[in-house]
Amino acid sequence: MLRYMSLMLEYLKNYIKTRLTYRADFWVEVFSDLLGQGMNLVFILVVFQHTPLLGGWSQSEVIFVYGFFMVPFGIFSSFFSIWNFSERYIVKGEFDRVLTRPAHSLFQVLLENIDPPALVGSFVGAIIMAVCWNDLGLVMHWTDLFVLIIFVLGAVFIYGGIYTGLSAISFFSDSPTGIVPLMYNIQNYGRYPVNIYNKMIRFVLTWMLPFAFVGVIPASYFLAPKDDNIAQLAMLTPVMGAIVFGIGLTVWNIGVKRYRGAGS
Amino acid sequence: MTRVYIDFIRMRFLMMLAYRVNYYSGIVIYAINIGAYYFLWKAIYGAQETLAGFSLEQMTTYLAISWMARAFYFNNLDRDIANEIRDGSVAIQMIRPYNYLIVKLMQGFGEGLFRFMLFMIPGLAIVCLIFPVKLPTDLTVWATYLGMLVFSFLINSQLNIMTGLFAFFVENNEGLMRMKRVMVDLFSGVIIPIAFFPGWLGSIMTWLPFQAITYLPSAIFTGRTPLSEAGHVFLIQFAWLTVLMIPIVIMWRAARQRLFVQGG
Repeated sequence: MLRYMSLMLEYLKNYIKTRLTYRADFWVEVFSDLLGQGMNLVFILVVFQHTPLLGGWSQSEVIFVYGFFMVPFGIFSSFFSIWNFSERYIVKGEFDRVLTRPAHSLFQVLLENIDPPALVGSFVGAIIMAVCWNDLGLVMHWTDLFVLIIFVLGAVFIYGGIYTGLSAISFFSDSPTGIVPLMYNIQNYGRYPVNIYNKMIRFVLTWMLPFAFVGVIPASYFLAPKDDNIAQLAMLTPVMGAIVFGIGLTVWNIGVKRYRGAGS
Repeated sequence: MTRVYIDFIRMRFLMMLAYRVNYYSGIVIYAINIGAYYFLWKAIYGAQETLAGFSLEQMTTYLAISWMARAFYFNNLDRDIANEIRDGSVAIQMIRPYNYLIVKLMQGFGEGLFRFMLFMIPGLAIVCLIFPVKLPTDLTVWATYLGMLVFSFLINSQLNIMTGLFAFFVENNEGLMRMKRVMVDLFSGVIIPIAFFPGWLGSIMTWLPFQAITYLPSAIFTGRTPLSEAGHVFLIQFAWLTVLMIPIVIMWRAARQRLFVQGG
């Protein structure tokens, strides 16, 4: 554990050194990240110009859900930035280098691609949540902060598990490039009140690709109860996190065993 | 000379054809996106008949045609150009007896043709089967729309070329490219039709080139804008096409003075 912590520190130092080469670009990236997320916020704001409620949820509530979603998403984007895993590690053969080292392969791959600027999104998300918390006149219990941290961690692990599993598909298949953007789009569904979707999509979002657990379900715990009462599922967030990440990691480990190198 | 350029279209088209399998997953991704927004808009409409001049049926059609148009005009010219600037191969292209930027545009068009035939058309057919899309019956609407689509492609490519050329001046324009993608999606009207934007924001949009890419043609296609105003739309598109040429020429001239290759 201690060894992994010091490794992480070394990778971070490395990251800062490379990053300082393109200093101005750092801020452009932070800004473009925020703009991307701001776009979704603009969407919500414009939509509520035309309707008072969305599936029984008010504007502040939907924005609150979005603010919550931004927190785990920022952490996830910082530590699981492996969008080009297949291309960089499998096709170009860099995975061979990773395997010659004693630390766990996933840990190395994640740290080599670490992307801390994405954390700014988490801060902005937390601020958005705080503002909506105030707007909605919610009561703050001392336990809420603790619950919030657990939910955020659970959500990060759900994300991490799904993307680890997806990246691991590269070990089994030659051209898996199409799947990651697919998931990237499905996650959009999980941010809005799930009751607006039809039964099948709702089931998929809750139990198969549980993106509802990174946004609307845990966030609803803090809000006024709704007709479909999804808040009662909120406590399952950390459990889902553990299960999904466990599955992802298992798929990864099986994949690594099968890996034979690209032979370039 | 023209024959050389046409060959670039053909070559890119054939290259895309070789990797066509990746595009089948693209159709699924677009269908999923359209689905997400379809349910969202359905919830937004609720019991209301029309919003901002769109009936729900028109809105569904708008979503389908806008996303499918995006499938056609979207290209990675910005990334292409930035990569060639960074690895230095642009220097060789510059001394060849053709115009580098026109070659890029032709390659983009080859990709566009591919996407039109193997992505947009089958995608639209599939989307029409899944969602209640109502296509126009008037053939002149189709013809007009196709003409506008050519301008959509040209204007979007101009924006891409501009973003790509920035690599001459800022070394790493990764963040900038991401920012441009987000802005084009939001301001062109793929995510929200411009008519939904509140007053001041809407009037800013009418002074930006983005609406000419998606919103104006799609509004004609869905019948939100009557066909009699098509001439006006063409005029706006043509004006932007001309105006955007100016910064491109200026940047290209300046770039040739200050090309320096990083690594290479």
